[in-house]
Amino acid sequence: MSFINYSSREINCKIVYYGPGLCGKTTNLQYIYNKTNPEAKGKMISLATETERTLFFDFLPLSLGEIRGFKTRFHLYTVPGQVFYDASRKLILKGVDGVVFVADSQIERMEANLESLENLRTNLAEQGYDLDKIPFVIQYNKRDLPNAAEAPELRRLLNPRLVPDFDASATLGNGVFDTLKAIAKLVLTELKKGG
Amino acid sequence: MDQQMVMYEEEFKLISAICERLTREANAKAVLLVDKNGQYITSHGEIDNLDTTSLASLTAGNIAATSGLAKLIGEKEFPNVFHEGEKDNLHLSIVAQRAILVVMFDQRSSLGLVRLRVKKASEELGGIFVTMIAKAQSHAQGTPFAEITDDDIDNLFSE
Ligand SMILES: Nc1nc2c(ncn2[C@@H]2O[C@H](COP(=O)(O)OP(=O)(O)OP(=O)(O)O)[C@@H](O)[C@H]2O)c(=O)[nH]1
Ligand SMILES: [Mg+2]
Repeated sequence: MSFINYSSREINCKIVYYGPGLCGKTTNLQYIYNKTNPEAKGKMISLATETERTLFFDFLPLSLGEIRGFKTRFHLYTVPGQVFYDASRKLILKGVDGVVFVADSQIERMEANLESLENLRTNLAEQGYDLDKIPFVIQYNKRDLPNAAEAPELRRLLNPRLVPDFDASATLGNGVFDTLKAIAKLVLTELKKGG
Repeated sequence: MDQQMVMYEEEFKLISAICERLTREANAKAVLLVDKNGQYITSHGEIDNLDTTSLASLTAGNIAATSGLAKLIGEKEFPNVFHEGEKDNLHLSIVAQRAILVVMFDQRSSLGLVRLRVKKASEELGGIFVTMIAKAQSHAQGTPFAEITDDDIDNLFSE
């Protein structure tokens, strides 16, 4: 849930990057961190295993500027994608304002994408959120790999509702900011509705 | 689903005053209040060298994980969590199901004293949070964002 502070004139929103293990969630945040001006970002925190798999979460605070005299701050989180970390994923979804689903475009990861998407829907529902009603965008990551599935195929399988979706190669940075802007816009638009 | 959290000037002043008093009465180095979802609310004391944004997020993660553990063994939550360091210690406690009160202290204070003072401060903060949440509910239509335009949003992204 966004947090509006009249006293400091700030609005804080929480965005969660979700998706199967190794799909590139942490890489998205690292790219954003590396490309953002120092004054617009805080420290990036990664709670990871020794092999750099996310263990609990990554966290990156960003300031986007002001709207009507209110500083808008976005807190970006990633979840751990590995299946057995489900309890942690549920905790991180608490208070979420918008979700980015990062899909792994590689054909052999399609099963994992579908499973993770279903897991997202279930975990949100447990907290009273409906995936079809909250700000939600999809990113097809790893487009640079030769074994990436065709874009229309990915969309057919993962995005039947046609929410905003983006091709990306997070390691190169392609599509990373388009994805972030799209989810931030949806979250602010929701806020405008009094969400 | 959680209720939208809105902090108004009036409650903010009350909350800040309680944090200030708690810092003094508990002989603490610093007192911070953060939202359970990881957002920093306010603080008092020696926080100049402290990354309060990171602290808020990690505290929330810590409490979330601890509460998950509590549920696993059949407890509702662990309302108080204590981390002991060589010099500095952290005492975390859940306030009104919505916030976390963080007290940072060293050998000038003690766990017993901190516990005692936190108990009273939590009760007072709890009352304020109840008012705040009720207020946010009744003002729900009047968010400052009801009037923002698509242009306002687009402008944020036009560097
Ligand atoms: N070729 C290619 N590799 C990528 C891309 N995005 C991420 N990777 C690589 O994929 C691996 C996993 O990326 P991470 O960002 O750690 O994946 P994750 O989703 O955070 O994984 P978990 O933390 O286990 O959930 C790393 O070696 C990345 O360099 C991409 O767009 N293209
Ligand atoms: Mg990761």
